[in-house]
Amino acid sequence: MDLQALSEFFRSLWGLWLMILFLGIVAYAFWPRNKDRLERYGDMPLRDDDDEERR
Amino acid sequence: MTQATMAHGAQRAAAPVYYEDVIKKFVLAATFWGIVGFLAGVYIAFQLAYPVLNLGLEWTSFGRLRPVHTSAVIFAFGGNVLIGTSFYVVQRTCRASLFGGRGLANFIFWGYQLFIVLAALSYVLGYTDGKEYAEPEWIVDLWLTIVWVAYITAFVGTLLKREEPHIYVANWFYLGFMVTVAMLHLGNNLAVPVSLFGMKSYGLFSGVQDALIQWWYGHNAVGFFLTAGFLGIMYYFIPKRANRPVYSYRLSIVHFWALIFLYIWAGPHHLHYTALPDWAQTLGMTFSVMLWMPSWGGMINGLMTLSGAWDKLRTDPVMRFLVTAVAFYGMATFEGPMMSIKSVNSLSHYTDWTVGHVHSGALGWVAFISFGALYYLVPVLWKRKSLYSMRLVSLHFWIATLGILLYITAMWISGIMQGLMWRAYDEYGFLQYSFIETVEAMHPYYVIRGIGGVLFLAGALVMVYNFFRTIRGDVRKEAPYETTAAVAARG
Ligand code: HEM
Ligand code: HEM
Repeated sequence: MDLQALSEFFRSLWGLWLMILFLGIVAYAFWPRNKDRLERYGDMPLRDDDDEERR
Repeated sequence: MTQATMAHGAQRAAAPVYYEDVIKKFVLAATFWGIVGFLAGVYIAFQLAYPVLNLGLEWTSFGRLRPVHTSAVIFAFGGNVLIGTSFYVVQRTCRASLFGGRGLANFIFWGYQLFIVLAALSYVLGYTDGKEYAEPEWIVDLWLTIVWVAYITAFVGTLLKREEPHIYVANWFYLGFMVTVAMLHLGNNLAVPVSLFGMKSYGLFSGVQDALIQWWYGHNAVGFFLTAGFLGIMYYFIPKRANRPVYSYRLSIVHFWALIFLYIWAGPHHLHYTALPDWAQTLGMTFSVMLWMPSWGGMINGLMTLSGAWDKLRTDPVMRFLVTAVAFYGMATFEGPMMSIKSVNSLSHYTDWTVGHVHSGALGWVAFISFGALYYLVPVLWKRKSLYSMRLVSLHFWIATLGILLYITAMWISGIMQGLMWRAYDEYGFLQYSFIETVEAMHPYYVIRGIGGVLFLAGALVMVYNFFRTIRGDVRKEAPYETTAAVAARG
C-alpha cells in the first residue's frame, strides 16, 4: 500500500475521527482532575459588578 | 494613603472602559424591529384568515409580506439582540473594551440596519432569490458579507485583547453563531448575477443539490442563529440575573461541542420524501434524533442554575422570562427530533404543525430570552436604579404567554387536522377531501392564531412603554413586586 492509498483509506474513516475527537472533548471536560478548575470558570460573569442594576 | 488603597486605586484606573453607547443603539433597534416584525406577523396571520387583507396590491400580498415578517423577526429583532448582547458579554467577560472602538462599532450598527432596510424594501418591491430565510438578492448579500466580517473582527479582536485567561462559554456560543452564519451565508448565496447593475441573479446550484444546500443553510440558521447565539444569552444572563454560577460549567462545554458536531448534519430532515437520496434523509433523521440529548443537557443546565433559588421565579418577572424561555427551548427541541422521524414527518410536513413548532421556538425561546436580556440591560445601560415597573414586566409576561399558548395550540390542531384530511381516503380509494375543504376547515384556527399574535404584540408594546419610562428615569409608584416574605428571606 502506498502513501496515497493509505491516506485515502484513513480519510474515508472521517466519521470515526470526529467521534474520537468529540469523545476526547467529553473526557477532558469530565476528567476528575479538571473539575475544580473548570467549575471555577463559572464565576466569571459574577466577578464583575460595578454598575449592575440594584434590586 | 495606605499601600493597599493605593494599589486598589491603581487597579481601578486600569479597569477597562466598556464601550456601551453602541449597545444602547442595538437595544433600541431590537425593540423597534421587534414591534415591526410582530406587527407584520399579525398582519400576515390575518391575511391567511381574511384574504381581502392582501388589498389587491402586489406590494402588500402575503407572498411579499411573509419574508418581511420572517426577516424582521429573525434578522432584525433577533440579529440586533444578538449583536448587542454579544458586545456586552464579550467586553465584560474578557474585561476588555471593544476592539475597533467607536468607529468600527458604529459601522457595524448602521451597516446592519442598512442591510435590514434594503432587504425589506427589496422584498416588498418583488426582488427575491426565492431561498427561504436567505431571500435578499446578491447586492444585498454582498453588503451583509462586509458588515458581518466587520462584526467578527470586532468580536474576535476583543477576545484577543482579553485580560481573563479563559474565554467564558457564552462567548463560544456567540462565536459559533458568527462563524457558522458566515459560512452558511456564503455557501447558500453563491449566485451569478444576470447583469452587473441589475438585481436579478441565478443560484450556482440547481435541482436537488440546490435544495440540499438551501436546507443545510436553513436548518443551521435555526441551529446557529436562533439557537447557539441565544444560548450565549442564556449562559450569561441567567447566571447574572440569578447571581449564581451556571449549574455545571463542564456540561456547558459538552453542550457546546455536541451542538457543533451534530447540527451540521441535520438539514436533510427538511427534505423527507423528496428527490434527495434516501440515505441522506436517514442521515438527517438520525442526527436530528441525537440532537435531542445535548439540547436537553443544555436546558437542564440552564434550569438547574436556579436550583435552591426557585423563589426567584415568583419574585422576579425578568427571571421568569429567561427561565420560561429555556423551558420552551426544551419543548421545541423535543418536538423537533420527533418531527424529524420520517413517519411523523409524513404527517407534519407542509402543514401548520411545522408553523406551530417554529413559533414555540421563535416566540417561546428566542423572543422570551431576548425580552429577559433586554429587561436586564435597559436599566444597566442607562444607569437607572431599576426598571420603571416590575408589575408591567409581569403583565407583559402573562399576556405574551397566553398569546403563545393560543398560537401553538391552534397550530397543532389545525396542522394535525390538515395532515389527516390530506391523507383520508373514501371507501373507493379516492381522496376524501378537496384541498379547498382543508383550507376552509383551518379558518377558525387561523383566527385564533391571529388573536394570539395580537396578545403577543400587545405584551411587547407594554415592554416598549416600560423602557420609555425607565430611560426617562421614572419609577412607578406601585406596591413592591416582591412579597415581604420573599424580601425577608433574602435578607
Ligand atoms: C406576533 C407574533 C407573531 C405572529 C402572529 C406570527 C405569524 C406568522 C405567520 C402567519 C406566518 C406564516 C405561516 C404560514 O405561512 O402558514 C409566520 C411564519 C414564520 N414566523 Fe412568525 N409570527 C410571529 C412572531 C414570530 C417571531 C418572534 C419569530 C422569530 C423569532 C417568527 C418566525 C417565523 C418563521 C421562521 C416563519 C416561517 C415558518 C415556516 O416557514 O415554517 N415569528 N409567522
Ligand atoms: C433538536 C432540535 C430541533 C430539531 C431536530 C428540529 C427539527 C425540525 C423539523 C423536523 C422540522 C420540519 C421540517 C419539515 O417538515 O419541513 C423543523 C422545522 C423548523 N424548525 Fe425545528 N427543530 C429543532 C429545534 C428548533 C428550534 C429551537 C427552533 C427555534 C426557533 C426551530 C425552528 C424551526 C423552523 C424555523 C422550522 C421551519 C423551517 C421551514 O420549513 O421554513 N427548530 N424543525
